[in-house]
Amino acid sequence: MTTTAPASKTSVTEQSDPALAYYRLGDEISDTKAPDVPIDKMWPTRQFQAKLVNPANRRKLTVIIVGTGLAGGAAAATLGEAGYNVLNFCYQDSPRRAHSIAAQGGINAAKNYRNDNDSVQRLFYDTVKGGDYRARETNVYRLASVSANIIDQCVAQGVPFAREYGGLLDTRSFGGVQVQRTFYARGQTGQQLLIGAYQALERQIAAGTVKMYARHEMVEVIVADGKARGIVTRNMVTGAVESWFADAVVLATGGYGNVFFLSTNAMGCNVTASWRAHRKGAYFGNPCYTQIHPTCIPVHGDTQSKLTLMSESLRNDGRIWVPKKAEDCTKDPRQIPEADRDYYLERIYPAFGNLVPRDIASRQAKNMCDEGRGVGPAITERDLDGNVREVRRGVYLDFSDAINRLGQPAVAGRYGNLFDMYLQITGENPYETPMRIYPAVHYTMGGLWVDYDLQSSIPGLYVAGEANFSDHGANRLGASALMQGLADGYFVLPNTINDYLAAAPFSKVDATHPAAVEALESAKARIEKLLSIQGDRSVDSFHKELGTIMWEYCGMERTAEGLQIAIDRIRALKEEFWTNVRVTGVNEDFNQALERAGRVADFMELGELMCIDALHRRESCGGHFRAESQTEEGEALRHDDEFAYVAAWEYGGETGPVLHKEPLEYKFIELKQRSYK
Amino acid sequence: MKITLNIWRQANAKAKGALERYHLSDVSEDMSFLEALDMLNEQLTAENKEPVAFDHDCREGICGMCGVVINGSAHGRYSSAVPTTTCQLHMRSFADGAEITVEPWRAGGFPLIKDLVVDRSAFDRIIQAGGFISANTGSAPEAHSVPAPKLESDRAFDNATCIGCGACVASCPNGSAMLFTAAKITHLAMLPQGQPERYSRVKSMIAQHDHEGFGGCTNIGECASVCPKQIPLESIAQLNRDLMKSLFRREGK
Repeated sequence: MTTTAPASKTSVTEQSDPALAYYRLGDEISDTKAPDVPIDKMWPTRQFQAKLVNPANRRKLTVIIVGTGLAGGAAAATLGEAGYNVLNFCYQDSPRRAHSIAAQGGINAAKNYRNDNDSVQRLFYDTVKGGDYRARETNVYRLASVSANIIDQCVAQGVPFAREYGGLLDTRSFGGVQVQRTFYARGQTGQQLLIGAYQALERQIAAGTVKMYARHEMVEVIVADGKARGIVTRNMVTGAVESWFADAVVLATGGYGNVFFLSTNAMGCNVTASWRAHRKGAYFGNPCYTQIHPTCIPVHGDTQSKLTLMSESLRNDGRIWVPKKAEDCTKDPRQIPEADRDYYLERIYPAFGNLVPRDIASRQAKNMCDEGRGVGPAITERDLDGNVREVRRGVYLDFSDAINRLGQPAVAGRYGNLFDMYLQITGENPYETPMRIYPAVHYTMGGLWVDYDLQSSIPGLYVAGEANFSDHGANRLGASALMQGLADGYFVLPNTINDYLAAAPFSKVDATHPAAVEALESAKARIEKLLSIQGDRSVDSFHKELGTIMWEYCGMERTAEGLQIAIDRIRALKEEFWTNVRVTGVNEDFNQALERAGRVADFMELGELMCIDALHRRESCGGHFRAESQTEEGEALRHDDEFAYVAAWEYGGETGPVLHKEPLEYKFIELKQRSYK
Repeated sequence: MKITLNIWRQANAKAKGALERYHLSDVSEDMSFLEALDMLNEQLTAENKEPVAFDHDCREGICGMCGVVINGSAHGRYSSAVPTTTCQLHMRSFADGAEITVEPWRAGGFPLIKDLVVDRSAFDRIIQAGGFISANTGSAPEAHSVPAPKLESDRAFDNATCIGCGACVASCPNGSAMLFTAAKITHLAMLPQGQPERYSRVKSMIAQHDHEGFGGCTNIGECASVCPKQIPLESIAQLNRDLMKSLFRREGK
């Protein structure tokens, strides 16, 4: 973790880089765990090389797993089955409620059941290309190669995937690819997969291998003698702040999209577990890579608390358009003749049409609205120079062609629950009038940096699922989040964590260890501080303001100027927060204001790092679009010569973060500018 | 619009609770019911009063965390045109000036924690008793090695949509969790993979259900009519058929 002095004059381009004022450059890092063999032999080789733990010794080893979603729940169940002593924590009232449950569309797997040229190689290629060549090849290949096992495992658990009349599994196509490899369970695939993992987890709880602690929020990690050895939690019912000890710690705590306040994440999703680990030495990888999902229900007003996604699968049959003429934008869409409609994705990307990857679909929707051709209610916006204008933030997603071609019952069979949800939220019937959609924050590709074994830069601290940065590069393809969560939880982590645990027993760490005392006391002090401020502003008002800053300057389009403004504003907001926030009630109680306050405090620090990361990456790639770096046609323009690396940030406290670059080597896939035309 | 809320406030399980009256103005009809509660909590915070505690998370009707009784019906079912979770109930379902009473789930199996929050961990323990298929990771055969007939598979899916919110229990005069239990039993019973443990599963899950203090089913059907995921009452009939058969078999206790 050694760092060098600021590299301020190392190259001509960096001299003019305003980001250099905000960070220091550290040593390059690399993944040392992936074996140096051909890529298809890599995972079997690693599995063979990994040290093993004798089944009789496993029960003497304790593993803490934070989170019960697809990654955490699957890992807890699988490590429990293997015989380890697992302690599993979640902030919800039951492990079944983790936000994986809200994933709608499906899960990819290279089964080639459709006989349509699919293979592990193609899923690997699609994922790397979809991620705009900013993912680590080795991890992605492994993801593709275990994908088929996931489907087998889930079917064996009783996950009711959609089936054909012959009793075999049905698949459908999804954005960014040209094969049909997406397995699904109506519009509720995440729910069904999570219930499968949850049932496996409950089975292990009954068997006594896993102890479950629901309504416990992790508020600190214990790093003793250089190893992750435990966590500190707050019991959300009694307020008790307690320490837990283990031989290894796994964070499977999801993404941090709620830094934007409005996102498709659940209200409780937060970055606290990851951020606390980051502050203790875990590097944060590519924090600025945020996925803005193209098909969400537009914002209704300033009391909105969250945004609702409509599955990307809708783009299989729905056609996206805006009026050609701005004066048509207030008309009833059914009255606008075909000739006056601009099916802009089909026009710009004839090969992929409405099925372009998410980042492209989102940015084009923004472009159409910026041009003044958006639909729905007009909202007031203010630009960097303070100019005010009225903009309509919505585009149509139209099913009338599909209804005419297939009939309403067939469309209802595929998307019925999504149409019902749209009707319930908006009060408009999508069978009769086109849906209105607009992009919203959905997923974060960035996360804690991990090696091939999913181990972070803190020995003994593993990170799985959305919480790590590893597989999706700068943009995630649809139906790949569920694949990654379950791959990590069922198949990867249970085959790598043993390599670390084989060195046990480790030195004894208990509540008297100075690191444990420090962690517990600092967690308690932070809670006391939050309660003692007693200022004038509610926690939510700070969160909303942070979200507005992030969406405006670190959202779908980013500029050097805007990001610097954002950093200044976030710093000022953070200062105000710690002097003027009002948290009602006491710690020794069920206190939701206190829970939120701790999360928002961490979101502010993360938001600043995201802006610094976005500012330093002077290229566009995937979901990270820098207005200064685009092709003549307005597409994302990468600079592979300078930025083909993972930005792994080390926490630097008051002196600012330290950047460690992990160069990305493409040995098996040729680096190219992405094209979906 | 303006609304008046009568909300159950109770500091903890042992404290005495009471309905308290609050007034909200500038409520938009596009707001969800929980967003109206957020608005109330912001107002209470500004007045330096303690906000109302309520469970919620995904706010898109799928995690099952939210759930309160609204004007006497679970999730405000009878204020809504369609089956709904509390988070998907929108203020356009209420008239301007409406008076709305909000209470927690009340059932012997769901002890109260605070205000509108109850402890539903009994549901997890019912699943622990057998609501799974024993298939260790790595042991699964190829997915297509066992075809599953579509009609049964669809029925399994319909039952697997249960979100474990507890509305069925809250609406049942007997405080029974039969619909929840039946949904899991029917889900797994309709799949070929669920057959080996089918009859031991129903016995042990019912035993745990009774042990948790949930009442028996007397076919009233209120559970199915408030269920946000429309789990049908006939699932309880399926449960009863399987339970009867299980009594003639050796497996399970």
